[in-house]
Amino acid sequence: MRRTRTLAGIGIAAAALLALTACNSGSPSDPGAGTGGDEGGGDSTWFEVASDVQLEGSPTFDAIQKRDKVVIGVKEDQPGLGFLDVTTGERTGFDVDIARWIAASLGYDEDKIEFKAIASANREQAIVNGDIDYYVGTYSITDKRKEQIAFAGPYFITGQGLLVAADNEDIKSEADLTADTTVCSATGSTPIQNIRDNYPDVPTKEFDLYSACVEALLSGEVQAVTTDQAILIGYAAQDPDNLKVVGEPFTEERYGVGLAKDDAALQEFINTMFTDGGDIWQAIFDKNLGTSGIEVSQPTVD
Amino acid sequence: MDVIFGNLDLWGEALRNTLLIFFGGAVLALILGFVVGAMRVAPVPIARVVGTLYVNLIRNTPLTLVFFFFIFGYPQLGLPKLSTTVLGILAIGIYTATYVAEVIRAGINTVPVGQAEAARAIGLPFGQVMTLVILPQAFRSVVPPMMSVFIALLKNTTVAAGFSVLELGAIRSFLSERGENALVVLLWVAVIFVVLVLLLSWLQRYLENKWRIAR
Repeated sequence: MRRTRTLAGIGIAAAALLALTACNSGSPSDPGAGTGGDEGGGDSTWFEVASDVQLEGSPTFDAIQKRDKVVIGVKEDQPGLGFLDVTTGERTGFDVDIARWIAASLGYDEDKIEFKAIASANREQAIVNGDIDYYVGTYSITDKRKEQIAFAGPYFITGQGLLVAADNEDIKSEADLTADTTVCSATGSTPIQNIRDNYPDVPTKEFDLYSACVEALLSGEVQAVTTDQAILIGYAAQDPDNLKVVGEPFTEERYGVGLAKDDAALQEFINTMFTDGGDIWQAIFDKNLGTSGIEVSQPTVD
Repeated sequence: MDVIFGNLDLWGEALRNTLLIFFGGAVLALILGFVVGAMRVAPVPIARVVGTLYVNLIRNTPLTLVFFFFIFGYPQLGLPKLSTTVLGILAIGIYTATYVAEVIRAGINTVPVGQAEAARAIGLPFGQVMTLVILPQAFRSVVPPMMSVFIALLKNTTVAAGFSVLELGAIRSFLSERGENALVVLLWVAVIFVVLVLLLSWLQRYLENKWRIAR
């Protein structure tokens, strides 16, 4: 499998090189061109890989050039956003494609990307330590986090929602949460802290991964799973017979790309890329979340 | 210091839950451990078999798996609902009881056989031989290893963090979401554990001095 992927990567790189002779680097390409490659591993042909990227004053980019590889932090248990198919080794999802898009704009194709799965609680530390170049994985922009790291974006806006069993008629929104409805989310996450603070009577459960919460929901141990609606929709789409998303988002979460704090040049670069790349953003959204029914338009960057 | 004083609510709850699991687990482990330890030296063969099975089965299961059973398995059994903290106490208590039982058994072996023979000779039944003659002597010689078991139990409470109990092991996730530096948080957690362990060591020395026996 590894070998085929490497070969595919070389193939894509070669194709991209050919394409580059005809196009301006970094320009949006026809999103339709990508649909044919969906079956192939790590398809990133629907945005061009830039060449001769100059980025003055970015320590992250210097480090990337030195090791000739981009290391990106992602999630891998969130279908539709950041997901790793363990049988094929293929990574899919909106966040993962955004990460690929950034890498391509920096001049690095799929075969020069190393993805690292990093749990929510370890994100700041991974960026501060330089373990990863940037992080794309349902990473909400908050002022407190900005004290340690920097954000590019936002590239997506969602809000806290509720996932319940498909046959649950009692919970229609967060107003229906009572002492009899246990709510589950990731340990220490903002959504679970919201519930603890605003609904003190509602019992909570917390596990490291959202997938453990979904398991608990399916077994009837908890009555609802809460986190950003975009994540929940991914789970509901995977198992529509047993799960459904209810209510309207009751908070606002703005997803950004986590970067080293001192790297204003890279932040500027990614923000410009988001601002100029509306077509690509839309193509990435349509490919990963378009069928889910959520309506989101590309937010303007800060 | 901001990490502590800016988030006193969380630290308070975390420390409370850690201590709750520690004391709950310790009491359960002591009671159960005494029973199982006594069973392992009992004259009744079936009691010895049950005791040996219990110790070898539970002690050879990783604590995480024991927790896994209690947190995910127990609710499926249709028994009365218990909070995750209580389930955590059960898991850690039942797990630590095996170590307590073995420490007790080691302590019993330090008591000369003549003591038990003499007690039986004056007509005491097994229960009284244990509670009046053997265990009081055994307990004195097991204070240091028993404290080691409890110190291990204290640190094992952090496993509950992965199973939905907000204690000191889980606080990093909460505070990192509030934007605190994870390393600083972990340092403070370590400091708290050192202080708690020092308290236990102090208790150990106190008991050793108090119960010292001349041999």
